[in-house]
Amino acid sequence: MRPEIFNQERRSRSIKLIILLGVLVLFGLVISMNTGRYSMPPSEVLQTLFGQGSKKQNIVLFDMRLPRIIISVLIGAGLAISGAVLQGISRNGLSDPGILGINSGAGLAVLLFVSFYPTTSVAPPFLMPFLALIGAGLTAVIIYVLSYKKNDGISPTRLLLTGIAVGAGMSAISIILTLQLNPSNFEFVVTWQMGSLWGSNWKFVGALLPWIVILLPYVYWKSRVMNILSTNEQIAGSLGLSINRERLVLMAAAVGLAASSVATGGSIGFVGLLGPHIARRMVGPQHQYMLPITAMVGALLVLAGDTIGRSIMEYTEVPAGVVISLLGGPYFIYLLMRSKV
Amino acid sequence: MARLHLRTNEAPIRTRPLMATFIIFIGIFAILFGIAASIVTGVANISFSTVWNSVFAYDSNNEHHVIIQSLRMPRALAGALVGAAFAVSGAIMQGMTRNPIADTGLLGINAGAGFVLVLVFAFIPSMPFEYIILFSFIGAGLGAGLVYGIAYFARGGLTPLRLVLAGAVVGSLVTGVSQALSLLFQINYDLAFWSAGGISTAEWFQVSVMMPWIIVGLIAAMVLSRSITILSLGEEVAAGLGQRTKLIKGIGAVVVMILTGASVSTVGGVGFIGLIVPHIVRFLVGVDYRWIIPCSAVLGGVLVICADIGAKIIAMPYETPLGSIIAVLGVPFFLYLARKERREL
Repeated sequence: MRPEIFNQERRSRSIKLIILLGVLVLFGLVISMNTGRYSMPPSEVLQTLFGQGSKKQNIVLFDMRLPRIIISVLIGAGLAISGAVLQGISRNGLSDPGILGINSGAGLAVLLFVSFYPTTSVAPPFLMPFLALIGAGLTAVIIYVLSYKKNDGISPTRLLLTGIAVGAGMSAISIILTLQLNPSNFEFVVTWQMGSLWGSNWKFVGALLPWIVILLPYVYWKSRVMNILSTNEQIAGSLGLSINRERLVLMAAAVGLAASSVATGGSIGFVGLLGPHIARRMVGPQHQYMLPITAMVGALLVLAGDTIGRSIMEYTEVPAGVVISLLGGPYFIYLLMRSKV
Repeated sequence: MARLHLRTNEAPIRTRPLMATFIIFIGIFAILFGIAASIVTGVANISFSTVWNSVFAYDSNNEHHVIIQSLRMPRALAGALVGAAFAVSGAIMQGMTRNPIADTGLLGINAGAGFVLVLVFAFIPSMPFEYIILFSFIGAGLGAGLVYGIAYFARGGLTPLRLVLAGAVVGSLVTGVSQALSLLFQINYDLAFWSAGGISTAEWFQVSVMMPWIIVGLIAAMVLSRSITILSLGEEVAAGLGQRTKLIKGIGAVVVMILTGASVSTVGGVGFIGLIVPHIVRFLVGVDYRWIIPCSAVLGGVLVICADIGAKIIAMPYETPLGSIIAVLGVPFFLYLARKERREL
């Protein structure tokens, strides 16, 4: 055990970092509120925020940009924490809801809905997270069962390979379904799959918020359990922890976070991988310090990805998911080259 | 076989030349039968006798004859060629790297070729196919180079898991760029259909351009096969036997590039053929690549022709993407290999 003094140092360091990241997120919010096809300088944004804006400014800010910004912050935090939990319980630094195929399971469920109810091109927002949850949950169960072996349990290697395989299968089925859609649904699904934050109005904020508000604190409350789980199974067992139950519950939380985020934002990869890694580099592996930072890094990533995607090209938006994978891919490669896998 | 009485630590080399000859014969018949079956199936109902007549008594006023000659024949032939090419690519890679889960799709080689093709679609849409195929070779080489480079320079070297992860990430990176480009140039639908894989668009002129490349690639693979068998015993053994392993690996890589590039430029990113076929063949005929490579070529052709018939009839009159059909077969196989993992995996 580390002496208490190190923990105090760590705590004050992580508090400082949280404040710093908080400022960065606020800064990002302001920049994001200013960017878009309709340009609004900071002074006008402030005026509008305090109720002094014109009708057009009000619509742009309150009905279009603000919900989208809030959604990107929530999704970022949700995906990053989901990744942190998966990495913790599988003791594998390369786990992430995208790589494990959970995102594609959620996506397939949503796609099935769109295929069979083709008239409702925008499905009811409260239904989408549940559908995605069912898809993601089933996928997680399939991956878990397929990578489980008697005597050997779950090996991290097998888990990753199984995740990649199941993800490939899910996307094969998705492609079959996608190509049979009518053109307008096709456009919707394709941009959705790229991670476009399509559901950007207040209803979607309302649908997403409960998941994040309940599950993030729950995971944080479990940080000590995760500290033990991520170190050593034998220690965990001898400390009287029922490993399998804890692991299962935490996995369910991770799936819930990933699914609700994917349902609203489309499949955004790499956030679940990058968030926890960056946080661990800043404050070390203890979850009580690392989790809040993970959430903020994730929020910052998606916010930045969406803002960049909205402003990079003049005529069209690049989905946040594409921007993030262009940033995240190289980092993953870097991690892959350093890790021992 | 007499000269190849090498022994690895445990087992002597098992080969079943009789079985292999049998597979090649049956396989060639299956391909011919499959091509005929593929020509007969489709939205327009056509009988065998019409097919026969279209070959030996071609009538350009007969609509069915035209369909057969200009659409179905090149499609069936392209299927056979592409199947052989993907399967042999997989066999070469599995043999050279001793990696049981090598496949052009999993290792990002298809993605690399596809990416370069997207660049071509976007920037030089009028480029003739003769040149497109050359770009596809370059793309396949870039994809392979990137994935192997990442895994090679990683701490702990080329483990199969690391190769697959590198392949997955290179794939998703490349897809990200392709998607951004497709949004910008509005080639979304083309891209989706392309990445799903399908032979429905193959025409004679495409077949005539890609066929020589694939045939050259297959012959080169046969010439290399003996060296690949030796390499598959391990690099030290091969070097001890006086083999110039670097040279052989270099030539092998070029052959994979040509076979994959030619196939991907014709049918898009179809994965898992190179994973499934060589495993089945090894199980049937043993570990001598002089038999594995021709048998893989034949069975790969059979697999793609059958899958393509499936692509036509599953959701008639719509085409089901070939890549998806083969993935649905390939994923369980991949899962099986992942479960069977031994120490090296």
